[in-house]
Amino acid sequence: MNKEINIESLIDNMANEIRTHCEDLKYKKPLMIGIQRGGVWVATRLHHKLGYKDPLGELNIAFYRDDFSKIGVHPEVKPSKLSTNIDDRDVILVDDVLHTGRTIRAAMNEIFDFGRPASISLVILIERSGRELPIQADVIGKTITLKQGEHAKLSGPEPMALEIKKTG
Amino acid sequence: MTGNNIQLDKSGNLKHFLSIEGLDQPLLQTILDHAESFATVGERPVKKVPLLRGKTIANLFFEPSTRTRTTFELAAKRLSADILNLNISTMATSKGEILSDTLHTLEAMHCDMFVVRHANSGAAHYIASQVAQHISVINAGDGRHEHPTQAMLDMFTIRQHKKDFKKLSVAIVGDVLHSRVARSNIHALNVLGANQVRIIGPHTLIPKDIEKLGVHVYHEMDKGLENVDVVIMLRLQRERMKGALLPTENEYFQRYGLTNERLENAKSDVIVMHPGPINRGVEIDSDVADGEHSVILQQVSHGIAIRMAIMSMVMGGTSESGGIKN
Repeated sequence: MNKEINIESLIDNMANEIRTHCEDLKYKKPLMIGIQRGGVWVATRLHHKLGYKDPLGELNIAFYRDDFSKIGVHPEVKPSKLSTNIDDRDVILVDDVLHTGRTIRAAMNEIFDFGRPASISLVILIERSGRELPIQADVIGKTITLKQGEHAKLSGPEPMALEIKKTG
Repeated sequence: MTGNNIQLDKSGNLKHFLSIEGLDQPLLQTILDHAESFATVGERPVKKVPLLRGKTIANLFFEPSTRTRTTFELAAKRLSADILNLNISTMATSKGEILSDTLHTLEAMHCDMFVVRHANSGAAHYIASQVAQHISVINAGDGRHEHPTQAMLDMFTIRQHKKDFKKLSVAIVGDVLHSRVARSNIHALNVLGANQVRIIGPHTLIPKDIEKLGVHVYHEMDKGLENVDVVIMLRLQRERMKGALLPTENEYFQRYGLTNERLENAKSDVIVMHPGPINRGVEIDSDVADGEHSVILQQVSHGIAIRMAIMSMVMGGTSESGGIKN
Protein backbone atom coordinates (compact mmCIF):
# COMPACT_ATOMS: atom_id res chain seq x y z
CA MET A 1 0.00 0.00 0.00
CA ASN A 2 1.88 2.96 -1.27
CA LYS A 3 -0.17 6.10 -1.50
CA GLU A 4 2.71 7.89 -3.25
CA ILE A 5 3.40 10.69 -0.84
CA ASN A 6 5.44 13.37 -2.57
CA ILE A 7 8.23 13.89 -0.07
CA GLU A 8 9.78 16.75 -2.05
CA SER A 9 6.70 18.94 -1.92
CA LEU A 10 6.24 18.14 1.79
CA ILE A 11 9.78 19.36 2.44
CA ASP A 12 9.14 22.56 0.45
CA ASN A 13 6.10 23.30 2.59
CA MET A 14 7.97 22.45 5.78
CA ALA A 15 10.78 24.85 4.91
CA ASN A 16 8.25 27.67 4.55
CA GLU A 17 6.56 26.75 7.80
CA ILE A 18 9.87 26.66 9.66
CA ARG A 19 10.68 30.12 8.34
CA THR A 20 7.34 31.46 9.60
CA HIS A 21 7.68 29.61 12.91
CA CYS A 22 11.10 31.16 13.54
CA GLU A 23 9.90 34.64 12.55
CA ASP A 24 6.88 34.39 14.85
CA LEU A 25 9.05 33.37 17.78
CA LYS A 26 11.86 35.79 16.85
CA TYR A 27 14.54 33.12 16.49
CA LYS A 28 17.39 35.03 14.89
CA LYS A 29 19.86 32.20 14.30
CA PRO A 30 18.15 28.82 14.55
CA LEU A 31 20.44 25.79 14.82
CA MET A 32 19.23 22.70 12.97
CA ILE A 33 19.88 19.19 14.30
CA GLY A 34 18.70 15.97 12.63
CA ILE A 35 18.24 12.60 14.31
CA GLN A 36 20.07 9.73 12.57
CA ARG A 37 19.30 8.34 10.16
CA GLY A 38 16.03 9.43 8.54
CA GLY A 39 15.89 12.72 10.43
CA VAL A 40 19.31 13.68 9.08
CA TRP A 41 18.15 13.01 5.49
CA VAL A 42 15.16 15.31 5.95
CA ALA A 43 17.20 17.90 7.86
CA THR A 44 19.90 17.97 5.16
CA ARG A 45 17.31 19.09 2.60
CA LEU A 46 15.68 21.61 4.93
CA HIS A 47 19.06 22.97 6.00
CA HIS A 48 19.99 23.52 2.36
CA LYS A 49 16.65 25.11 1.44
CA LEU A 50 16.73 27.46 4.43
CA GLY A 51 20.37 28.40 3.77
CA TYR A 52 21.52 28.03 7.36
CA LYS A 53 25.18 28.91 7.91
CA ASP A 54 25.96 26.74 10.95
CA PRO A 55 26.70 23.15 9.97
CA LEU A 56 23.86 20.69 10.42
CA GLY A 57 24.08 18.78 13.71
CA GLU A 58 23.63 15.01 13.67
CA LEU A 59 22.34 13.23 16.70
CA ASN A 60 22.64 9.53 17.37
CA ILE A 61 20.40 8.63 20.24
CA ALA A 62 21.60 5.03 20.59
CA PHE A 63 23.22 5.77 23.95
CA TYR A 64 20.05 7.44 25.26
CA ARG A 65 17.39 4.91 24.28
CA ASP A 66 15.10 3.59 26.98
CA ASP A 67 14.82 0.11 25.46
CA PHE A 68 18.55 -0.65 25.80
CA SER A 69 18.11 -3.43 28.35
CA LYS A 70 15.66 -5.13 25.99
CA ILE A 71 17.39 -4.78 22.65
CA GLY A 72 20.95 -3.72 23.50
CA VAL A 73 23.26 -1.44 21.59
CA HIS A 74 21.79 -0.44 18.27
CA PRO A 75 23.85 -2.07 15.51
CA GLU A 76 24.09 1.13 13.51
CA VAL A 77 25.47 3.47 16.12
CA LYS A 78 27.46 6.25 14.58
CA PRO A 79 28.85 9.14 16.59
CA SER A 80 26.76 12.24 17.14
CA LYS A 81 28.18 15.32 15.43
CA LEU A 82 27.46 18.64 17.06
CA SER A 83 30.24 21.00 16.13
CA THR A 84 28.48 24.20 17.10
CA ASN A 85 28.10 25.39 20.69
CA ILE A 86 24.40 24.99 21.48
CA ASP A 87 24.25 27.15 24.61
CA ASP A 88 21.46 29.77 24.25
CA ARG A 89 20.67 28.68 20.69
CA ASP A 90 17.18 28.04 19.30
CA VAL A 91 17.39 24.43 18.21
CA ILE A 92 15.27 23.08 15.34
CA LEU A 93 15.17 19.32 15.95
CA VAL A 94 14.24 17.26 12.88
CA ASP A 95 13.09 13.65 12.63
CA ASP A 96 11.41 11.58 9.94
CA VAL A 97 8.54 9.86 11.78
CA LEU A 98 6.92 10.85 15.09
CA HIS A 99 5.34 7.78 16.68
CA THR A 100 5.73 7.02 20.41
CA GLY A 101 7.75 10.14 21.19
CA ARG A 102 10.48 8.14 22.92
CA THR A 103 13.10 8.98 20.30
CA ILE A 104 12.43 12.69 20.81
CA ARG A 105 12.71 12.35 24.58
CA ALA A 106 16.07 10.59 24.16
CA ALA A 107 17.23 13.24 21.67
CA MET A 108 16.36 16.06 24.06
CA ASN A 109 18.25 14.33 26.87
CA GLU A 110 21.28 14.04 24.62
CA ILE A 111 21.06 17.68 23.50
CA PHE A 112 21.20 18.79 27.13
CA ASP A 113 24.44 16.86 27.58
CA PHE A 114 25.96 19.16 24.96
CA GLY A 115 24.74 22.39 26.51
CA ARG A 116 21.69 24.47 27.42
CA PRO A 117 19.74 25.62 24.38
CA ALA A 118 17.40 28.62 24.63
CA SER A 119 14.61 26.54 23.06
CA ILE A 120 13.92 23.38 21.08
CA SER A 121 11.31 23.20 18.31
CA LEU A 122 10.32 19.90 16.77
CA VAL A 123 9.99 19.38 13.01
CA ILE A 124 8.58 16.09 11.75
CA LEU A 125 8.12 14.80 8.20
CA ILE A 126 5.44 12.22 9.02
CA GLU A 127 3.26 12.30 12.10
CA ARG A 128 1.32 9.20 13.08
CA SER A 129 -0.75 8.09 16.05
CA GLY A 130 0.58 6.07 18.98
CA ARG A 131 2.12 8.67 21.27
CA GLU A 132 3.30 7.31 24.61
CA LEU A 133 4.73 10.58 25.88
CA PRO A 134 3.40 14.18 25.93
CA ILE A 135 5.40 15.27 22.88
CA GLN A 136 4.09 17.14 19.86
CA ALA A 137 5.66 18.66 16.77
CA ASP A 138 5.74 22.38 15.87
CA VAL A 139 6.01 21.76 12.14
CA ILE A 140 4.56 18.64 10.48
CA GLY A 141 4.96 17.55 6.84
CA LYS A 142 1.99 15.21 6.83
CA THR A 143 -0.18 13.36 9.33
CA ILE A 144 -1.09 9.80 8.37
CA THR A 145 -3.45 7.24 9.85
CA LEU A 146 -2.14 3.72 10.26
CA LYS A 147 -3.97 0.55 11.09
CA GLN A 148 -2.97 -1.54 14.08
CA GLY A 149 0.35 -3.29 13.48
CA GLU A 150 1.37 -1.00 10.64
CA HIS A 151 4.63 0.91 10.75
CA ALA A 152 5.90 3.85 8.74
CA LYS A 153 9.55 3.93 7.76
CA LEU A 154 11.43 6.40 5.63
CA SER A 155 13.84 4.93 3.11
CA GLY A 156 16.56 7.01 1.52
CA PRO A 157 18.51 9.16 1.36
CA GLU A 158 18.24 9.41 -2.43
CA PRO A 159 15.35 9.35 -3.23
CA MET A 160 13.40 9.44 -0.01
CA ALA A 161 10.23 7.37 0.08
CA LEU A 162 7.80 6.34 2.78
CA GLU A 163 7.25 2.64 3.31
CA ILE A 164 4.25 1.35 5.22
CA LYS A 165 4.93 -2.11 6.57
CA LYS A 166 2.94 -4.60 8.51
CA THR A 167 4.86 -5.95 11.49
CA GLY A 168 4.25 -8.52 14.19
CA MET B 1 30.21 -20.01 15.78
CA THR B 2 30.08 -22.83 18.30
CA GLY B 3 26.84 -23.29 20.20
CA ASN B 4 28.48 -24.06 23.52
CA ASN B 5 30.66 -20.94 23.69
CA ILE B 6 30.13 -19.63 27.20
CA GLN B 7 30.78 -16.08 25.97
CA LEU B 8 27.63 -15.99 23.83
CA ASP B 9 23.98 -16.32 24.75
CA LYS B 10 21.50 -18.53 22.86
CA SER B 11 21.00 -15.98 20.11
CA GLY B 12 24.72 -15.40 19.63
CA ASN B 13 24.96 -12.11 21.52
CA LEU B 14 27.93 -11.33 23.72
CA LYS B 15 27.13 -12.33 27.30
CA HIS B 16 30.61 -12.58 28.84
CA PHE B 17 33.87 -11.26 27.42
CA LEU B 18 36.54 -13.75 28.47
CA SER B 19 38.87 -14.42 25.57
CA ILE B 20 39.41 -13.40 21.96
CA GLU B 21 39.72 -17.08 21.12
CA GLY B 22 36.27 -18.28 20.15
CA LEU B 23 34.96 -14.95 18.81
CA ASP B 24 34.48 -14.33 15.11
CA GLN B 25 35.45 -11.45 12.88
CA PRO B 26 32.04 -9.77 12.60
CA LEU B 27 31.77 -9.64 16.39
CA LEU B 28 35.23 -8.09 16.78
CA GLN B 29 34.41 -5.57 14.05
CA THR B 30 31.18 -4.67 15.85
CA ILE B 31 33.12 -4.00 19.05
CA LEU B 32 35.53 -1.76 17.13
CA ASP B 33 32.65 0.07 15.41
CA HIS B 34 30.85 0.69 18.69
CA ALA B 35 34.07 1.90 20.32
CA GLU B 36 34.33 4.48 17.55
CA SER B 37 31.06 6.03 18.75
CA PHE B 38 31.90 5.74 22.43
CA ALA B 39 35.24 7.48 21.82
CA THR B 40 33.37 10.72 21.10
CA VAL B 41 31.71 10.75 24.53
CA GLY B 42 35.01 11.68 26.18
CA GLU B 43 35.17 14.84 24.06
CA ARG B 44 31.77 16.18 25.11
CA PRO B 45 30.97 18.83 27.70
CA VAL B 46 29.15 16.14 29.70
CA LYS B 47 31.33 13.04 29.46
CA LYS B 48 28.55 10.63 30.29
CA VAL B 49 25.76 8.71 28.60
CA PRO B 50 22.90 7.06 30.48
CA LEU B 51 23.23 3.60 28.89
CA LEU B 52 24.07 1.59 32.03
CA ARG B 53 22.26 3.82 34.52
CA GLY B 54 21.20 1.77 37.53
CA LYS B 55 23.62 -1.09 36.82
CA THR B 56 26.20 -2.06 39.41
CA ILE B 57 29.62 -3.24 38.32
CA ALA B 58 32.19 -4.83 40.62
CA ASN B 59 35.87 -4.56 39.75
CA LEU B 60 37.28 -7.79 41.21
CA PHE B 61 41.03 -7.42 41.18
CA PHE B 62 42.78 -10.41 42.67
CA GLU B 63 46.01 -8.98 41.30
CA PRO B 64 47.16 -5.35 41.46
CA SER B 65 46.58 -3.10 38.47
CA THR B 66 46.28 0.64 38.06
CA ARG B 67 45.77 1.35 34.39
CA THR B 68 43.33 -1.42 33.59
CA ARG B 69 41.32 -0.93 36.77
CA THR B 70 41.04 2.84 36.40
CA THR B 71 40.09 2.69 32.72
CA PHE B 72 37.38 0.11 33.52
CA GLU B 73 36.21 2.39 36.31
CA LEU B 74 36.14 5.44 34.06
CA ALA B 75 34.39 3.49 31.31
CA ALA B 76 31.71 2.34 33.77
CA LYS B 77 31.25 5.87 35.08
CA ARG B 78 30.93 7.32 31.59
CA LEU B 79 28.15 4.78 31.01
CA SER B 80 26.46 6.00 34.24
CA ALA B 81 26.91 2.66 36.02
CA ASP B 82 27.85 2.43 39.69
CA ILE B 83 31.14 0.74 40.29
CA LEU B 84 32.67 -1.01 43.27
CA ASN B 85 36.41 -1.42 43.44
CA LEU B 86 37.33 -4.54 45.37
CA ASN B 87 40.91 -5.25 46.04
CA ILE B 88 40.38 -8.89 46.87
CA SER B 89 43.94 -9.65 47.87
CA THR B 90 43.47 -7.50 50.95
CA MET B 91 39.86 -8.50 51.56
CA ALA B 92 37.77 -11.34 52.84
CA THR B 93 39.73 -14.02 50.98
CA SER B 94 42.70 -13.23 53.19
CA LYS B 95 40.37 -13.87 56.13
CA GLY B 96 39.71 -17.31 54.71
CA GLU B 97 36.55 -16.75 52.65
CA ILE B 98 36.46 -19.03 49.61
CA LEU B 99 35.96 -17.53 46.13
CA SER B 100 32.42 -18.81 45.60
CA ASP B 101 31.31 -17.22 48.87
CA THR B 102 32.81 -13.90 47.80
CA LEU B 103 30.93 -14.15 44.49
CA HIS B 104 27.63 -15.04 46.12
CA THR B 105 28.03 -12.16 48.55
CA LEU B 106 28.42 -9.77 45.64
CA GLU B 107 25.42 -11.35 43.89
CA ALA B 108 23.40 -10.70 47.03
CA MET B 109 24.39 -7.04 46.69
CA HIS B 110 22.68 -7.10 43.28
CA CYS B 111 25.75 -6.59 41.15
CA ASP B 112 25.20 -6.95 37.41
CA MET B 113 28.75 -7.35 36.13
CA PHE B 114 32.09 -8.58 37.39
CA VAL B 115 35.33 -7.32 35.90
CA VAL B 116 37.92 -9.90 36.90
CA ARG B 117 41.72 -9.73 37.06
CA HIS B 118 43.37 -12.87 38.42
CA ALA B 119 46.84 -14.43 38.48
CA ASN B 120 45.49 -17.84 37.46
CA SER B 121 44.78 -18.66 33.82
CA GLY B 122 41.12 -19.52 33.33
CA ALA B 123 39.92 -17.68 36.43
CA ALA B 124 37.46 -15.48 34.52
CA HIS B 125 36.01 -18.51 32.69
CA TYR B 126 35.59 -20.29 36.00
CA ILE B 127 33.83 -17.33 37.58
CA ALA B 128 31.57 -16.95 34.53
CA SER B 129 30.55 -20.59 34.90
CA GLN B 130 29.71 -20.08 38.59
CA VAL B 131 27.79 -16.80 38.68
CA ALA B 132 24.03 -16.26 38.60
CA GLN B 133 22.32 -16.10 35.20
CA HIS B 134 21.92 -12.31 35.09
CA ILE B 135 25.58 -11.52 35.73
CA SER B 136 28.10 -10.83 32.97
CA VAL B 137 31.83 -11.38 33.46
CA ILE B 138 34.62 -9.48 31.71
CA ASN B 139 38.17 -10.79 31.80
CA ALA B 140 40.62 -8.03 32.73
CA GLY B 141 43.58 -10.40 32.49
CA ASP B 142 43.95 -13.99 33.73
CA GLY B 143 47.42 -15.39 34.38
CA ARG B 144 49.27 -16.09 31.16
CA HIS B 145 46.05 -16.82 29.28
CA GLU B 146 44.35 -13.74 27.85
CA HIS B 147 43.78 -10.02 28.28
CA PRO B 148 41.06 -9.55 25.67
CA THR B 149 40.08 -5.92 26.33
CA GLN B 150 43.75 -4.92 25.94
CA ALA B 151 43.84 -6.75 22.61
CA MET B 152 40.71 -4.96 21.43
CA LEU B 153 42.06 -1.54 22.35
CA ASP B 154 45.26 -2.45 20.50
CA MET B 155 43.21 -3.47 17.45
CA PHE B 156 41.24 -0.23 17.72
CA THR B 157 44.49 1.77 17.82
CA ILE B 158 45.82 -0.11 14.78
CA ARG B 159 42.58 0.42 12.88
CA GLN B 160 42.66 4.16 13.61
CA HIS B 161 46.08 4.40 11.95
CA LYS B 162 46.15 1.62 9.38
CA LYS B 163 42.56 0.90 8.30
CA ASP B 164 42.96 -2.47 6.57
CA PHE B 165 44.28 -5.39 8.64
CA LYS B 166 44.78 -7.60 5.59
CA LYS B 167 47.82 -5.66 4.43
CA LEU B 168 49.59 -5.44 7.78
CA SER B 169 52.73 -7.00 9.17
CA VAL B 170 52.73 -6.77 12.94
CA ALA B 171 55.67 -7.59 15.24
CA ILE B 172 55.10 -8.48 18.88
CA VAL B 173 58.36 -8.04 20.75
CA GLY B 174 59.68 -9.29 24.07
CA ASP B 175 58.44 -11.47 26.87
CA VAL B 176 55.83 -13.47 24.98
CA LEU B 177 56.09 -16.38 27.41
CA HIS B 178 54.52 -14.54 30.33
CA SER B 179 52.31 -12.29 28.24
CA ARG B 180 48.55 -12.65 28.13
CA VAL B 181 48.53 -9.47 26.05
CA ALA B 182 50.60 -11.21 23.36
CA ARG B 183 48.30 -14.24 23.30
CA SER B 184 45.14 -12.14 22.97
CA ASN B 185 46.73 -9.94 20.34
CA ILE B 186 47.82 -12.92 18.24
CA HIS B 187 44.27 -14.31 18.30
CA ALA B 188 42.76 -10.92 17.48
CA LEU B 189 45.15 -10.27 14.59
CA ASN B 190 44.44 -13.74 13.21
CA VAL B 191 40.67 -13.25 13.45
CA LEU B 192 40.89 -9.83 11.81
CA GLY B 193 43.02 -11.28 9.02
CA ALA B 194 46.37 -9.54 9.49
CA ASN B 195 48.77 -10.47 6.70
CA GLN B 196 51.63 -11.48 9.00
CA VAL B 197 52.18 -11.73 12.74
CA ARG B 198 55.77 -11.94 13.95
CA ILE B 199 57.09 -12.74 17.39
CA ILE B 200 60.51 -11.40 18.35
CA GLY B 201 62.34 -12.40 21.53
CA PRO B 202 64.98 -14.59 23.16
CA HIS B 203 64.49 -18.39 23.09
CA THR B 204 63.82 -18.44 26.83
CA LEU B 205 60.87 -15.99 26.54
CA ILE B 206 59.12 -17.54 23.53
CA PRO B 207 56.72 -20.44 24.22
CA LYS B 208 57.75 -23.62 22.41
CA ASP B 209 54.47 -24.24 20.58
CA ILE B 210 53.76 -20.63 19.62
CA GLU B 211 54.12 -21.31 15.87
CA LYS B 212 50.92 -23.35 16.05
CA LEU B 213 49.14 -19.99 16.30
CA GLY B 214 50.37 -19.14 12.82
CA VAL B 215 53.06 -16.66 13.84
CA HIS B 216 56.61 -16.32 12.53
CA VAL B 217 59.31 -16.43 15.21
CA TYR B 218 62.43 -14.24 15.07
CA HIS B 219 65.28 -14.05 17.55
CA GLU B 220 67.03 -11.07 15.96
CA MET B 221 65.43 -7.64 16.29
CA ASP B 222 66.73 -6.09 13.08
CA LYS B 223 65.47 -8.96 10.98
CA GLY B 224 62.15 -9.27 12.74
CA LEU B 225 61.37 -5.57 12.40
CA GLU B 226 62.04 -5.47 8.66
CA ASN B 227 59.17 -3.72 6.87
CA VAL B 228 56.63 -4.08 9.66
CA ASP B 229 53.71 -1.66 9.93
CA VAL B 230 53.10 -2.08 13.64
CA VAL B 231 55.37 -2.90 16.59
CA ILE B 232 53.75 -4.07 19.81
CA MET B 233 56.29 -3.98 22.63
CA LEU B 234 55.66 -6.12 25.69
CA ARG B 235 56.64 -5.24 29.21
CA LEU B 236 59.40 -7.34 30.69
CA GLN B 237 57.43 -9.01 33.46
CA ARG B 238 60.04 -9.17 36.13
CA GLU B 239 57.53 -10.13 38.80
CA ARG B 240 56.57 -13.27 36.88
CA MET B 241 60.10 -14.47 36.23
CA LYS B 242 61.03 -17.67 37.95
CA GLY B 243 64.52 -18.98 37.46
CA ALA B 244 67.18 -17.48 35.26
CA LEU B 245 65.36 -16.75 32.01
CA LEU B 246 67.31 -13.59 31.38
CA PRO B 247 70.87 -12.40 31.63
CA THR B 248 70.72 -8.81 32.91
CA GLU B 249 68.28 -6.04 32.04
CA ASN B 250 71.10 -4.14 30.44
CA GLU B 251 72.03 -7.05 28.25
CA TYR B 252 68.36 -7.54 27.36
CA PHE B 253 68.14 -3.93 26.25
CA GLN B 254 71.25 -4.36 24.11
CA ARG B 255 69.61 -7.21 22.20
CA TYR B 256 65.85 -6.59 22.34
CA GLY B 257 65.36 -3.00 23.47
CA LEU B 258 63.53 -0.86 20.89
CA THR B 259 65.66 2.11 19.82
CA ASN B 260 65.14 4.61 17.01
CA GLU B 261 68.04 3.01 15.21
CA ARG B 262 66.40 -0.42 15.21
CA LEU B 263 63.08 1.12 14.25
CA GLU B 264 64.70 2.20 10.96
CA ASN B 265 64.19 -1.37 9.77
CA ALA B 266 60.42 -0.99 9.92
CA LYS B 267 58.24 0.92 7.44
CA SER B 268 58.59 4.70 7.64
CA ASP B 269 55.02 5.09 8.94
CA VAL B 270 55.34 2.36 11.58
CA ILE B 271 53.41 2.80 14.83
CA VAL B 272 54.85 1.69 18.17
CA MET B 273 52.55 0.40 20.88
CA HIS B 274 53.06 -0.74 24.46
CA PRO B 275 50.40 -1.93 26.93
CA GLY B 276 52.15 -0.15 29.81
CA PRO B 277 53.55 0.28 32.32
CA ILE B 278 56.76 0.96 30.41
CA ASN B 279 60.19 -0.09 31.65
CA ARG B 280 62.20 2.70 30.06
CA GLY B 281 65.66 1.57 29.11
CA VAL B 282 64.73 -2.10 29.49
CA GLU B 283 62.41 -3.01 26.63
CA ILE B 284 62.05 0.44 25.07
CA ASP B 285 64.21 3.52 24.78
CA SER B 286 62.70 6.79 26.01
CA ASP B 287 63.34 8.38 22.61
CA VAL B 288 61.01 5.80 21.03
CA ALA B 289 58.41 5.80 23.81
CA ASP B 290 58.05 9.58 23.53
CA GLY B 291 58.85 9.77 19.82
CA GLU B 292 56.79 10.46 16.71
CA HIS B 293 55.93 6.81 16.03
CA SER B 294 54.64 6.16 19.53
CA VAL B 295 50.88 5.80 20.01
CA ILE B 296 51.18 4.60 23.60
CA LEU B 297 49.07 7.37 25.15
CA GLN B 298 46.39 6.99 22.48
CA GLN B 299 46.12 3.37 23.57
CA VAL B 300 45.12 4.55 27.03
CA SER B 301 42.30 6.78 25.72
CA HIS B 302 41.16 4.05 23.37
CA GLY B 303 41.06 1.66 26.31
CA ILE B 304 38.19 3.64 27.80
CA ALA B 305 36.16 3.61 24.57
CA ILE B 306 36.74 -0.11 23.99
CA ARG B 307 35.72 -0.95 27.55
CA MET B 308 32.59 1.18 27.23
CA ALA B 309 31.68 -0.71 24.05
CA ILE B 310 32.26 -4.14 25.56
CA MET B 311 30.52 -3.34 28.84
CA SER B 312 27.43 -2.07 27.06
CA MET B 313 27.40 -5.01 24.66
CA VAL B 314 27.46 -7.64 27.42
CA MET B 315 24.83 -5.77 29.45
CA GLY B 316 22.37 -5.18 26.64
CA GLY B 317 23.39 -7.76 24.10
CA THR B 318 23.45 -6.51 20.55
CA SER B 319 20.44 -7.14 18.42
CA GLU B 320 22.76 -8.82 15.93
CA SER B 321 25.85 -10.78 16.83
CA GLY B 322 27.39 -10.17 13.47
CA GLY B 323 27.04 -6.42 13.27
CA ILE B 324 25.57 -6.58 9.79
CA LYS B 325 25.06 -3.16 8.30
CA ASN B 326 22.36 -2.06 5.94
